[in-house]
Amino acid sequence: MEASSEIIRELEELKLKKAEIEHRISSLKAKLQETAAAAERCDAVSNGYSYPMAAAAIEHGLGHGLSPDQIYRYSRQLLLPSFGVEGQASLLKSSVLVIGAGGLGSPALLYLAACGVGRLGIIDHDVVELNNMHRQIIHTEAFIGHPKVKSAAAACRSINSTIKIDEYLEALRTSNALEILSQYDIIVDATDNPPSRYMISDCCVLLGKPLVSGAALGMEGQLTVYNHKGGPCYRCLFPTPPPTTACQRCSDSGVLGVVPGVIGCLQALETVKLASMVGEPLTERMLLFDALSARIRIVKIRGKSSLCTVCGDNSSFNKQQFKDFDYEDFTQFPLSAGPLNLLPTESRISSKEFKEILQKKEPHVLLDVRPCHHYKIVSLPDSLNIPLANLEARLNELSSALKEKEDGHVNTGSCTNPSLYVVCRRGNDSQRAVQYLRESGFDSAKDIIGGLEAWAADVNPNFPTY
Amino acid sequence: MQLTLEFGGGLELLCDSEKIHKVNVDLPNGADDLTMKHLLSWVRTNLIKERPEMFMKGDTVRPGVLVLVNDCDWELSGQLDTTIEDKDVIVFISTLHGG
Ligand SMILES: [Zn+2]
Repeated sequence: MEASSEIIRELEELKLKKAEIEHRISSLKAKLQETAAAAERCDAVSNGYSYPMAAAAIEHGLGHGLSPDQIYRYSRQLLLPSFGVEGQASLLKSSVLVIGAGGLGSPALLYLAACGVGRLGIIDHDVVELNNMHRQIIHTEAFIGHPKVKSAAAACRSINSTIKIDEYLEALRTSNALEILSQYDIIVDATDNPPSRYMISDCCVLLGKPLVSGAALGMEGQLTVYNHKGGPCYRCLFPTPPPTTACQRCSDSGVLGVVPGVIGCLQALETVKLASMVGEPLTERMLLFDALSARIRIVKIRGKSSLCTVCGDNSSFNKQQFKDFDYEDFTQFPLSAGPLNLLPTESRISSKEFKEILQKKEPHVLLDVRPCHHYKIVSLPDSLNIPLANLEARLNELSSALKEKEDGHVNTGSCTNPSLYVVCRRGNDSQRAVQYLRESGFDSAKDIIGGLEAWAADVNPNFPTY
Repeated sequence: MQLTLEFGGGLELLCDSEKIHKVNVDLPNGADDLTMKHLLSWVRTNLIKERPEMFMKGDTVRPGVLVLVNDCDWELSGQLDTTIEDKDVIVFISTLHGG
């Protein structure tokens, strides 16, 4: 065991070194190309064909400030009459902060780096995980276990080594948000939770920054631009936070990889439009994307609300109040939720204890209360699946399963009642189920602490987690 | 009157996972027109199959639900007082937070 963990550790290190070397190679290659191109131009001068970079702009009276390399790199955008060299010049002078390098941030960052945003900030405190890869396409396997910010910055630099990239390896908080956001022209909300969304919007109002906001879950996505040209802020639209039960996470409800991809690309597009001042921004409108039915709907939403507690006419919301505001409490959405602790110790057993029960072949019923599409992914053998939501209606199935074990056991001569153990993914729903079951007369019900994740961590490392 | 009601952002889970409902709603007794207030209670009675608290709070939609009448935020047409006409399309959508 120890030898293999040593090998794994060394592999991880080598992978990271490899990624760093590859990044170094690509930036050196880019530099070499630039130097070669500059040398070519210098050679050409003596022949009277062209001029060195700086001189060229002066000689030709190019007011836009693009270098010959920039003209070549961005030529396909310069050729667009509605974008042109003015649009590109504005883009190169602009700065954008992308908050979150996940499913939305990945494509947004790739496009923003590629198309020539002058300065690109990335903030994220998370590390890359294998179950991110299907949608967070900016990251590569070599960066699994390493900060997303490092991975995303390396990818952006390898696409465009000529722009400035700022890395913030930290969580956005009320204590650092004003300082960080104030350095950028446009803010992109690519986060995944309600407290961050309210915090970012409030901060943008205080600083007067436009906010390009995207969200995706399951098979649907939403996109709009807040706090721009008299448009609403997030709170104008959602003055009261939704109930916590209405706030699903991708890690619980799932998401098809390409769905945040589509929304992230559209966030990059709206950002480019704002930065280059072309087109009509998606303000006072919202784009609703339904992947399953292949429908995109753009709806008109309310403007800035004069009654808004943050951006409204009589709002006195200021920077100090922002710094003191508890967004997790306001939204009732803790960002670092500790495990639920509903039950007394005697109503619970550890996954290791459950393993002993299996080994001793003690009569029992194992009830798995996860939704059935979770159960289909992986489950413990000989378990009975009744999702928590249906438990009340299907108690008779549980009773008969227990009865069966009892009868089966009577034949072998013993007369202890079979025990009832309840398991779920992480050990929260199993506690809710045990609480309900005990109230309904199932006195032997116990939950397996930490659920299948604990089973995988403490008993069987080969048991799949998701 | 014939109406198209659409649910999204997870609200469809409250009505048999069906997103689009073509329905026929009668005018309430003695009323000259159909308002959103009446339509909401009709939806709650006739379409919402589970957890009604995930759809409504008091006599209006719960926080975090956008209501769109013919692709337009109902805030712009008078919220609960919005008058509904034949063939209107009303969308109820829960705001998403994921990414
Ligand atoms: Zn506002």
